[in-house]
Amino acid sequence: MIRLVGILIGLGFAFVVLLSFVTGAYTAATEEVAETAEYAFHEESHGPADGYSFDGAFGTWNYAQLQRGYQVYKEVCSACHSLNFVALRDLGQLGYSEAQVKAEAATWQVPGINPDTGETEMRQAIPTDYFPNPYPNDVAAAAANNNAIPPDLSLMAKARHHGSDYIYSLLTGYQEPPARLLEEFPDAAPGPGLYYNPYFANLNLAMAPPITTDGQVTYADGTEATISQMSADVAAFLTWTAEPTLIKRKQTGWPVLGFLLFATILAWLAKKQIWSDAKPKRRKD
Amino acid sequence: MSFPWAKEYTPQNGLTKFFDEKLPLPRFVYNAVGAGYPVPRNLSYFWNFGVLAGFFLVLQIVTGVVLAMHYASNTQVAFASVEHIMRDVNWGWLMRYTHANGASFFFVVIYIHIFRGLFYASYKPPREMIWLIGVVIFLLMMATAFMGYVLPWGQMSFWGAQVITGLFEAIPLVGPPLKTWLLGGFAPDNAALNRFFSLHFLLPFVIAGAVILHIWALHIPGSSNPTGVEVKGESDTLPFHPYYTAKDGFGLGIALLVFMTFVFFLPNTLGHPDNYIEANPLSTPALIVPEWYFYPFYAILRAFTFDFILPAKLWGVLAMFSAILVWFFLPWLDKGPVRSGHYRPLFRKFFWFGLIPTMAMLFYLGGAPAHEPYVMLSQIFTAYYFLHFLVILPIISSIERPDPLPYSITEAVLGSDKKAVLGENAEPVAT
Amino acid sequence: MASTTGNADATPDVNDGVEGEDGVRRRDFINIAAVSAAGVGGLAVLLPLVSQMAPSADVLAESTTELDISALDVGQSIKAVFRKQPIFVRRLTPAEIEAANAVDVSALRDPATLDEITKPGHGDVLVVMGVCTHLGCVPLGAQEGENKGEFGGYFCPCHGSHYDTAARIRKGPAPTNLAVPDYEFTSDTTIVIG
Repeated sequence: MIRLVGILIGLGFAFVVLLSFVTGAYTAATEEVAETAEYAFHEESHGPADGYSFDGAFGTWNYAQLQRGYQVYKEVCSACHSLNFVALRDLGQLGYSEAQVKAEAATWQVPGINPDTGETEMRQAIPTDYFPNPYPNDVAAAAANNNAIPPDLSLMAKARHHGSDYIYSLLTGYQEPPARLLEEFPDAAPGPGLYYNPYFANLNLAMAPPITTDGQVTYADGTEATISQMSADVAAFLTWTAEPTLIKRKQTGWPVLGFLLFATILAWLAKKQIWSDAKPKRRKD
Repeated sequence: MSFPWAKEYTPQNGLTKFFDEKLPLPRFVYNAVGAGYPVPRNLSYFWNFGVLAGFFLVLQIVTGVVLAMHYASNTQVAFASVEHIMRDVNWGWLMRYTHANGASFFFVVIYIHIFRGLFYASYKPPREMIWLIGVVIFLLMMATAFMGYVLPWGQMSFWGAQVITGLFEAIPLVGPPLKTWLLGGFAPDNAALNRFFSLHFLLPFVIAGAVILHIWALHIPGSSNPTGVEVKGESDTLPFHPYYTAKDGFGLGIALLVFMTFVFFLPNTLGHPDNYIEANPLSTPALIVPEWYFYPFYAILRAFTFDFILPAKLWGVLAMFSAILVWFFLPWLDKGPVRSGHYRPLFRKFFWFGLIPTMAMLFYLGGAPAHEPYVMLSQIFTAYYFLHFLVILPIISSIERPDPLPYSITEAVLGSDKKAVLGENAEPVAT
Repeated sequence: MASTTGNADATPDVNDGVEGEDGVRRRDFINIAAVSAAGVGGLAVLLPLVSQMAPSADVLAESTTELDISALDVGQSIKAVFRKQPIFVRRLTPAEIEAANAVDVSALRDPATLDEITKPGHGDVLVVMGVCTHLGCVPLGAQEGENKGEFGGYFCPCHGSHYDTAARIRKGPAPTNLAVPDYEFTSDTTIVIG
């Protein structure tokens, strides 16, 4: 009885889903699916030519690069983008001394409360403060940026596929829309206030090219500030902000795996040992 | 337990004697997973996955309790509290990555465990109850995993909660109020997050209770085995300890090697980048997908696109839930006398060339974007999924002529030099 | 279920292996090593499980407090917060200093002179934790109009501990003087606690 009901239900579901299939197939056969500009012109992200120091299972931070990236963030990105989940004290992980972190923190202004009047006012930041948000709230951020709220950058490197590469590609990827795009997809031409970038999901983004000229930032360590160099540095910095424990994680992983391998080999030998006498005797008859 | 040759627990010293008299817990453990539990000697490595599932349940509970010490279930701070765990809590990143990947590996292990049961037809008498409790455990796991994924309050958390609770809207009449009731609001918000956290903390302990019932039910007939021939005598079995504890220990080592590789080197591979963006009720991600372990059922849900009497959405919801509910009826749908797929030529063909590719494709299609050819493919494989369990299985189990079974487990292990003889639970085969 | 496989007795007991003359056999060694490795692994797992409950990085980062006492007049005191606990800073009057120095130190429950409690050159600035050493209540006396106890210092209302003008325990159940945190003067008017 159960089997009979089961067969009927099974045939029922199969019938209904195949009806969906037939209608879907009919639509697919009769209606031409228009190719989209995003599909045709979107490009896969790529990192800088020589990669990042933190790539791979044995990667490490390049502290000089992280400090340069911090400088790029501070001088370029921080005008519009927040770094909400990162504290100024965290800069100590970039190779700055305690005094340097304190001095660096003091260069940022954060909202505070006047201890005498209770009025809100800006005050000098201390290391325990978090990076300040450039806008008091989302409405102000949208109003100042043509309705596009600049996203928080703390986790950007983890919030996109291959995030470190994505940031580098996006920063170096601004270009004039190709003639073929304008020809085939006139609608995909960047509207007012939008900029063409094939690494952005829908090709046109509201952020004006932030890094436009060589030497836009004067690096404290004397590194030549090419567009590619600045983009790679800030991408590295944002990889660190997204996961400050990245290198510690990888460096913890190797001893753990090594120990597990050793323990598993022992477990294998013990298993073999214990099972060595487990064969049953043959029947006599 | 029911085997007369099972070793008897004998307390060795004063302390164990005291315990054995007052609270025979050592005896209980000895009979459950110690030398007092005789197990078929021919179990393959597929039989390791039950113990592995137990391990991952414990791991999830331990890391989950730790995370709950630092997590805050309020939409204002939930996302920030997860970042606090990742950045500031000592070893917090390890706890969270272990918990997040632990959920994935728990499902990997459970899926292998289930498909082991399907191939060897472990659901057949006398083990129906073990199977039924197992399906309940799987459902509880799905609920727990879904609610756990909402807790970080990222974009996928929010939209996952929105979409899954939206399924209940498809139920006629009571649907919309039911969804509002489930969420405690009109969209996922504080009320939903708090209750999901509460239930996410509770359900693992319910699962642990169900696991105890699962193992209890297992110990009544004893473990199944790759031949499907029941244990006939003492030479067919080995004591669980030390033989299977050693084998499980080795299996655990291998599993941990793979698992830890993910935790330390690929911790976000199985997750979705969008969940590192804080939930934003005003902006939907381009592609909403659940965690990978829900893909097959998500593919089935999305396969129904045609309103046939009932709305397509309701068909999808019905089919998705039926896809798991059908497992409850397997012991009565598959009536053949032989259990193991090794001795069922027809069943075996449909298993390896029908069910397994179907599941593989549904896993793939559930994560694919909702356009052609993915939708059409998922429709074909959804149809096969239901036909396999509800039509093909009942039919082949009544027409199939099984291969000759070995006389006993011992004979199967020794590779008998005599001609294989029929087991007592197999129909005679004309020669 | 009767045994139908004849006299097959094939469940050897691994424990019945006879110990060889050369002591522990290889099989035992491997098993002991494998179990030991599992034990070591289990212990290693305890490290993160235990240390996750210790103060996190953001809590530790807040473990210094900078305090400006330029506005603190003689006889006044202020409360500040250090590690989420109150700190009392009082600028002692000459009379209070005199009272503190007039005490026979050797007769005290927790002997200490005012000079030992304060910093050299700043003998009039009394910096102590506002946490009663008995059971952790916040004593009174740091604010205008509060009960300063029988000795003019601090008074804990929970169980009646009286502290004198050098914050030393004089009467009541508290075992020791109010604790003095680690602090230093970075300038004449700035102290850094912690």
